[in-house]
Amino acid sequence: MWTWFYKLASPPYVFGVAASFRPWLFGAAALAIGYGLIAGLGFAPPDYQQGDAFRIIYVHVPAAIMSVTVYTVMAAASAVALIWRIKVGHAVAAASAPIGASLTLLALVTGSLWGKPMWGTYWAWDPRLTSELILLFLYVGVMSLRSAFEDPAQGDRAAALLAVVGVVNVPIVHFSVVWWNSLHQGATIVTLEGPKMPGSMLWPLLSMWLGFMLFYGAVLCIRVQGEVLNRERQSAWVREAIKS
Amino acid sequence: MSSFWSMGGYARYVWPCFGITGVVLLWNLWAARRSLNAARLKVARALAMAASEAQ
Repeated sequence: MWTWFYKLASPPYVFGVAASFRPWLFGAAALAIGYGLIAGLGFAPPDYQQGDAFRIIYVHVPAAIMSVTVYTVMAAASAVALIWRIKVGHAVAAASAPIGASLTLLALVTGSLWGKPMWGTYWAWDPRLTSELILLFLYVGVMSLRSAFEDPAQGDRAAALLAVVGVVNVPIVHFSVVWWNSLHQGATIVTLEGPKMPGSMLWPLLSMWLGFMLFYGAVLCIRVQGEVLNRERQSAWVREAIKS
Repeated sequence: MSSFWSMGGYARYVWPCFGITGVVLLWNLWAARRSLNAARLKVARALAMAASEAQ
């Protein structure tokens, strides 16, 4: 049953799987994002309070959710690499960091563009915004630390340690709107009472969320291939793969 | 159609958000492909050097 899990520790296996999954993930991401954009921009009704400005959620919410999801993936891969000394873990963590950083920046910028008409300001030192900014700094820290060492293995270990320690910020980002007084609205999609949005607004949002996840998977596949090639360039299988 | 583009008066906030999102997604794609191509090139160069040294 666990054979597939053990196989994920093998660089050539991961390289091959990433190559074969990539086009399917891109195709599915294009379909989900395409549907989300058309339905969200063209068919979802305006919000009774926020008007058409609410449509910003179709890019802001998926980016914000993915910013913490990618960090969690990066921290889990780092933990696997540190505990079981599986090199592919470092490759996945290194590949995830720039994607997560760009999505966190996107969440901050789109949130700020939504904040101006709704709150009257582009930025407030609100718990949700501040913890999201700390998340961006963590991503930048992990990437900088990895490249700060001459010995790549040392850089990998230091970056992995920071990624694992920094995962404490993930629940802070999520629960900041519950634990502290916040300008930011609370949970809308995942609540005990069910989503607080009508289906015509919710389905495009879920589709965009799925599209962003699939897109992350597709880009991760490309980056992991590059990381594996870099780390395994002395191996015979890499030379064979490049020759063919 | 003009009401679609004006976004109920919020066009200057809504459209830049979608534009920036497009830029970020395309950048991710471009940067990932560039890093994979660079890794491929590095291995190919190492192979070529090893072959020329062997001759």
